[in-house]
Amino acid sequence: MKIIIVGCGKVGATLAEHLNQEGHDITIIDRHWEKLKYLSERIDVMGVEGNGASITTQREAGVQGADILIATTNSDELNLLCCLIAKKAGNCQTIARIRDPEYYNEMRYIRDELNLSLVINPEQAAAAEIARIIKFPSAMKVDTFARGRAELIKLNIPEGSQLDGLRLFDMESKLHCKVLICTVERGEELLIPHGDFALQAGDIVSFIAPHSVALAFFKAGGANISNSVRSIMLIGGGKMSYYVAKKLEETKISVKIIEQDFEKCQTLSEMLPHAVIINGDGTDKQLLDEEGIGVVDAVGNFTGIDEENILLSLYEKEMSKAKLLTKINRITFEEVIAGLDIGSIINPNSITSDNIVRFVRALNNSRGSNVETLYKIAQGRAEALEFRVRNESKVVGRPLMELKLKPNVIIACITKGNKVVIPNGQSVIEKDDLVVVVSVERGLNDLEDILA
Amino acid sequence: MNRRMVAFFVGSVLRIEAVLMILPLVVSFIYGEDEWIYIAAAAVISFLVGYLLSFKKPKNVSFYTREGIMAVALSWIFMSVFGAIPMWHAVSHIGFTDALFETISGFTTTGASILTEVESLPKGLLFWRSFTHWVGGMGVLVFMLAILPEASGENIYLMRAESPGPSVGKLVPRVKSTAKILYLIYIGITLSEMIALMVAGMPMYDAVVITFGTVGTGGFAVTNNGCAAYTALQQGIITFFMIVCGANFNVYFLVVARKFKAAFTSEEVLSYLSIYAAATLCVAINARNMFTGFGEALHHSFFNVASVMTTTGFSTTDFNTWPVFSRMMLLLCMFIGGCAGSTAGGIKVSRIVIGFKTIRKELQHLVHPRSVKILKFEGKPIEHSVLRGINVYFLTYILIFAVSILLVSLDGKDFTTTVTAVIATFNNIGPGLDMVGPMGNYSQFSAFAKYVLMFDMLAGRLELFPMLLIFMPMTFRRQK
Repeated sequence: MKIIIVGCGKVGATLAEHLNQEGHDITIIDRHWEKLKYLSERIDVMGVEGNGASITTQREAGVQGADILIATTNSDELNLLCCLIAKKAGNCQTIARIRDPEYYNEMRYIRDELNLSLVINPEQAAAAEIARIIKFPSAMKVDTFARGRAELIKLNIPEGSQLDGLRLFDMESKLHCKVLICTVERGEELLIPHGDFALQAGDIVSFIAPHSVALAFFKAGGANISNSVRSIMLIGGGKMSYYVAKKLEETKISVKIIEQDFEKCQTLSEMLPHAVIINGDGTDKQLLDEEGIGVVDAVGNFTGIDEENILLSLYEKEMSKAKLLTKINRITFEEVIAGLDIGSIINPNSITSDNIVRFVRALNNSRGSNVETLYKIAQGRAEALEFRVRNESKVVGRPLMELKLKPNVIIACITKGNKVVIPNGQSVIEKDDLVVVVSVERGLNDLEDILA
Repeated sequence: MNRRMVAFFVGSVLRIEAVLMILPLVVSFIYGEDEWIYIAAAAVISFLVGYLLSFKKPKNVSFYTREGIMAVALSWIFMSVFGAIPMWHAVSHIGFTDALFETISGFTTTGASILTEVESLPKGLLFWRSFTHWVGGMGVLVFMLAILPEASGENIYLMRAESPGPSVGKLVPRVKSTAKILYLIYIGITLSEMIALMVAGMPMYDAVVITFGTVGTGGFAVTNNGCAAYTALQQGIITFFMIVCGANFNVYFLVVARKFKAAFTSEEVLSYLSIYAAATLCVAINARNMFTGFGEALHHSFFNVASVMTTTGFSTTDFNTWPVFSRMMLLLCMFIGGCAGSTAGGIKVSRIVIGFKTIRKELQHLVHPRSVKILKFEGKPIEHSVLRGINVYFLTYILIFAVSILLVSLDGKDFTTTVTAVIATFNNIGPGLDMVGPMGNYSQFSAFAKYVLMFDMLAGRLELFPMLLIFMPMTFRRQK
């Protein structure tokens, strides 16, 4: 597809990279020539210099023949204007990034009236992810499949857990619940495990399970990987903390926010009547101790400075057993940060770009391919894809053990109506099922692609 | 520098060259010539060497500007060395230096020849000689990008190093599609000219070979007296296609994409056509006494000005005998050259236009010292780095030019011959004046002078810098 991206910032660049890998033709609009030059030298995209909301610039970028325009500049208003003009000029699908809570609350109206295909709010999307993670505090990452009925959970196996040394085919007899482990990251390696594979402490595993089974799995897995969060402390009172607090308002979790700026504290307090707002420096050790850093169940380090967030997490790791959430804006040193073992890393920009990539795939879907949702596992080295079985394909109506699959591809989960099934050799895929496939191979576009 | 990756690209280019050699091989068979064995041998050798260099893609695929430039420079040198094999063995009286000179002259679309007599040479060999023009015109690495399975983003480095002009952009988002579009346009123009020439009554072999010389703006002919033997209509067709290929190919893309307004208001192409028209008129008026009437003077002026300005180097008449003013006008056109993004050589019209705008800006600055003026080209502000690039280009150009003249002058030829030989090779034209004029050739130069001129041809075709970087040890240093 032909895609125009307005704004060449972190989100724009990440998006361009991912969408380019998926085989789309990307044109980027930005005011700054140097940024365009730098990006177009690294990846195979075309740059157009100019104001993305100007019709001349949009025409130059080929808006007439474009399929999607994605506006990711710093300014919400500019993004809306870009989409509005693109819709009139090119009649393409439009996606806008909107960050201001004021607009976001009125999003439904704006989206319908301006005919936007998707509105994405990085902080809000990140908050949604955080809310999911908090349900499973020992998980590093939680994504959902089958419209929320099944979950893809990433977990770091701790020392002394029941899972340490467990062989996969013993799992059902020892833990009395069955989940399907899709991938295991051990050191540098990424493995798709077999039945006789033994887990080790330090492995990062990803598995798919219905919500209730996942809960049981965490309970059975041993005390130190199952605990529920009752209180959370958020350091830094930015948009992210606001959205997280708002999201947790209806739950019983008590929220405490530490923010340096007094006026910001007042605004927060006005918008979040249930939260405790503390005016103080989040990097002040004494203040953290005083506010009970040692006893809260989860801590979110959401200041605007990545380095500060990492340092805070490292300190808190020493001081408490709390679930740690660390916001990182730059993803350049992903491997190093992953090696620090500081709980869940939240990157609003990559969450945004993942969401948009997912949307684009789904759009492709109506043009013949079958992907419903897509998640990247292990820094993009593997993918979990959800297919909707539409037609009579070769995989339908035969027990799975009769199908000859490609190596490094597994069928992780089948959803029939409301029922989520973890498949075995006797399971059969039928029409209208949702099938989740985990693959190390890139570019699966149709369910039949999994056959060897 | 990632040497393995550069070797991989050079190897791939040699493999492509081997495949391209099948065409002259077929021609050689058709005419039943014994020399096919040399072409076949050259193809096999370059395929084997290419295969050795590129049978496995290196593990470390890091590829940046440095690697791109070196891959292009080395590819062109290797390609010429292997391309010279057929001529070296098939023509009895020439050595390796002469064969290499002829091949580099072919690939760089110069058209400067060391052969005194071409009509008796085997047809397959002459076909290969002219086919190198066609391959070198649009660039063999661009061709490789068009057919390579999946090009990564870094490949823009390759394209930029090989395509002429101050700033190389893409027509469409992907390098691969851009390269494909360029080659489709190129092939389209090539076929149109072949058909036009055949309809105008030219024998098929001549039509094909002359077309290669025209669209690549090369200039190797198959008769001893250039294009003089053809009819006025045939010469007219050649003139038209020389002009077409000296214009920026982006314009044809815009026409195909139905963006007529942008296509017909292209500042560079309009300047190019105006310079051409003015020069033609001046030469025709000045040289009218050489011909029977003004009409004939205009015809020859049209052809020969187009020929030197697009750096093709065909000739219908010996312009060496024309009045001094006409000859100087032709020399001036040699320096200007065609448009950026065409197959032509020279300094390029866009650089000249931007250069003049800079001069005007500086003059204005003397009158109004506090004036602020942003220079625009094609309706867009010119980035500072582009301006700087053009200034450095001019300086480097003069430097190489001066040093080359000095080195060639060691041969002791007369002033005009020495200077115009460098002008004609450095700007990829072919014929100069006096001994190297349209009816002369380069065979009298010493081997040393020939190597200097070969360097000039490659430097001129690859926009100076790649060839200079070969001499910088810093380029080859391993990065990690």
